[in-house]
Amino acid sequence: MGSYLPHTPEERAAMLQKVGCSTLEELFAGLPEEVVLRRPLNIPEGQAELAVRRRMEELAAKNTVFPAVFRGAGAYRHYIPAIVGSVTSKEDFVTAYTPYQAEISQGVLQSIFEYQTMICRLTGMDVSNASIYDGASAAGEAAAMCRERNRTKMLVSAAAHPHVIETLRTYCHGAGAPLEVVPARDGRTDLEALRDMMGPDVAGVYLAQPNYYGLLEDAEEAARIAHEGGAKFVMGVNPIAAAILKTPADCGADVAVGEGQPLGMPLSFGGPYLGFMACKAAMTRRLPGRIVGETTDVEGKRAYVLTLQAREQHIRREKASSNVCSNQALCALTASVYMAAMGPDGIQEAARQSMAKAHYLAEGLGKISGFGLRHEGPFFHEFVTGCPVDPEKLMSALEAKGILGGLPLPEGGILWCATEMNTKAQMDLVIETAKEVAGA
Amino acid sequence: MKLIFEKSVEGRSCSILPPCDVPAAELPTALARDKAPDLPRLCENDISRHYTQLARRTRGVNGGFYPLGSCTMKYNPKVNEVAAALPGFTDVHPLQPAHTVQGCLEVLALAEQYLCEITGMDAMTFQPAAGAHGEYTGLLLIKAYHEHRGDAARTKIIVPDSAHGTNPASAAMAGFSVVNVPSAPNGCVDLEKLREAVGPDTAGLMLTNPNTVGLFDENILEITRIIHEAGGLNYYDGANLNAVMGVARPGDMGFDVVHLNLHKTFSTPHGGGGPGSGPVGCKELLRPFLPKESVAQGPDGYALEDQPCSVGRVKEFYGNFLVVVKALAYIITLGREGIPQAAKHAVLNANYMMECLKDLYDMAYDARCMHEFVMDLGRLKGETGVSAMDIAKGLLDNGIHPPTMYFPLIVHEALMVEPTETESKETIDEAVEVLRRLYSQAQEDPESLHQAPVTTVVRRLDEVGAARHPKLIFPQ
Repeated sequence: MGSYLPHTPEERAAMLQKVGCSTLEELFAGLPEEVVLRRPLNIPEGQAELAVRRRMEELAAKNTVFPAVFRGAGAYRHYIPAIVGSVTSKEDFVTAYTPYQAEISQGVLQSIFEYQTMICRLTGMDVSNASIYDGASAAGEAAAMCRERNRTKMLVSAAAHPHVIETLRTYCHGAGAPLEVVPARDGRTDLEALRDMMGPDVAGVYLAQPNYYGLLEDAEEAARIAHEGGAKFVMGVNPIAAAILKTPADCGADVAVGEGQPLGMPLSFGGPYLGFMACKAAMTRRLPGRIVGETTDVEGKRAYVLTLQAREQHIRREKASSNVCSNQALCALTASVYMAAMGPDGIQEAARQSMAKAHYLAEGLGKISGFGLRHEGPFFHEFVTGCPVDPEKLMSALEAKGILGGLPLPEGGILWCATEMNTKAQMDLVIETAKEVAGA
Repeated sequence: MKLIFEKSVEGRSCSILPPCDVPAAELPTALARDKAPDLPRLCENDISRHYTQLARRTRGVNGGFYPLGSCTMKYNPKVNEVAAALPGFTDVHPLQPAHTVQGCLEVLALAEQYLCEITGMDAMTFQPAAGAHGEYTGLLLIKAYHEHRGDAARTKIIVPDSAHGTNPASAAMAGFSVVNVPSAPNGCVDLEKLREAVGPDTAGLMLTNPNTVGLFDENILEITRIIHEAGGLNYYDGANLNAVMGVARPGDMGFDVVHLNLHKTFSTPHGGGGPGSGPVGCKELLRPFLPKESVAQGPDGYALEDQPCSVGRVKEFYGNFLVVVKALAYIITLGREGIPQAAKHAVLNANYMMECLKDLYDMAYDARCMHEFVMDLGRLKGETGVSAMDIAKGLLDNGIHPPTMYFPLIVHEALMVEPTETESKETIDEAVEVLRRLYSQAQEDPESLHQAPVTTVVRRLDEVGAARHPKLIFPQ
């Protein structure tokens, strides 16, 4: 069997003697007889490292890694600069616990403080937490931030990611708070409908920018409607798009949340990703999760520490703003290193290239009969086309060429995505394949 | 040390992306931000050195003994990291068709099978990203179970006063009201108080066993029976499973639902606060309510399917998948003999360390402990003025990460020590020597401990000032 135990038989014997036991099993003498497992676990025998490695490689080999990916829908394949993995694999960062002991944790605390600052500069908001599980749970936590005693209802746009809507629904149901979906029209949030749905019981409105279909929304108008109705405005943003789009703060958001995965995290079959959360200063004490603040030590030296802990579960217990304890710290570090490596120009370049490539692909596909764009108006790096044949037929044809095509939507059509990773040659191949499959 | 923003130099950058090979797309001005986000401008060497400096100012379990109670800071094996970095796992889109992700689904299926066997549960979801997220999910299962039976009166979750703070916080988030029950003088559940607390409004009980004072509650079967007879369900907080994995199973103790902390018990690293993974296991009666998309084996291999009465989704995709890969590598390494061996040595290390200290330090409970023990420094503080905090800070000057301080709340000057099984006798002996020396120092020169630490990059911080005048970002 494999083992990470350092004990030699002699050491074990000496230690057992010290505690007055002759066997390891005696240590468990206080357990009720009925609960002690009297048989070996029904799992395989342990293995040495090389065998484990082979086993894990065998499992990984059963997956298909597509050289070209045109699927987004909440998880995006962007280029990850080499420095990112080099930094985030440093053992001290990887194996540290939450920085409770500030004096020996200044490195991780400073990195979180820098992350909070970068998220605020990206979103224009005043305060960021140290991260939450992912974009969907961030939306769920944001809904809780908006709730007041007499205002509990959350409105979510139907054009948000369906998984975000489902997660919001779970979080709201848990809290016993109503959730209503604002319909979409032509792929965008129906702002007239939103206006009609506002009322004295509405706590918050959630809108995604760009939305699930890649379309750019009139977020400013949505914010105005929410505020006129006395509600908070929560904006879900793609962090790469945020590099070129009007900031959530400028749009009037009270809380900005999003899926931080595009900031240097691989697709990883859905996780670990990063939920980022930032808000206006007035809502600081409602923000869930860890927050790092600047302070000084007894000698007046600048230092960083976990702060505003009076919001948190270990102090407030059932009255806490959230139950969050572990977050996604290493993913927040990943995002920081990514943003530092890209810099202000690089992150904008990634956004512009993604947008340019998506538009090139959309134009090429849109010319094929039956593949017309489903929606009009500005979009970022995703768009929906029709599909004149069974989409699975196209997907299989693309798969044979090493391409993961767009996501076939249950309501019909295909949701495509392009990023700076996709070359013109790959896109031409997609367009050509679509033509072949459509018999055009 | 300078912040990364203070190192930024106008005109400096890394060269990452080649020029775009298609024409630019126009973004309408009304939708565009007026200037680029003010991120630092650095070259790669600047970034590399900055983070190397930060890493040096960070303490991981790789850096030395880290007996942080309730956190199970065991060694994080490297083969796990290698497995999780395989491109076959990292470069897979969560929405790929099932036939192209059979390896990922098999990882989840195997982890479910093994962890169900270890916990005595029938089904498991990997969607929750952390322990507290798992608690929340488990409580939603309990809520859905009662709602489904049309029993709307069950609105209360019973939580012992020794519980982790996440327990009551999760219960509140799931819409329950919390009934705190006091512990008996022996640190375990007070059966009389528990009997008084249960009733037709009881939805369930949340319990850690071994509990947060490191004791295995010998009345566990009676406790879970009281709840069941009152019509409630039993929730097992798996934070302390490391003490008993392979030795005793929550499913055999009367628990209906459990969460595990893969980042504690199953050796995945904490990453400075995450990502963790908090899978939730349950008995058959709760399976229909599990979050969306569990793995099932069909005629064409593995597939994802939804349970009929699912509580919905608690996360965007299937959880912190790569963390599950690491935990699976660990379970495959240890196997059927290694899992209980790890638990037994964790308990041995804790008892050995406690035995080596108990002539000097008062133990909160004078009984055989499981994987951790709680020291009560109340008497020391009364005699010398040296608090649990002072001893903790003294440990920093000796290269040891302090135990958990001031938890559980039922012990006032608590230091909660969890050595874990991967620490050697000599590491524990050295820590014992340091703790004994600090005890003498407390008697002879208490002021020196009020001053500690003095060897760290910064000394004690003004935490009150930080909270009173929050500076949460670096101003532009």
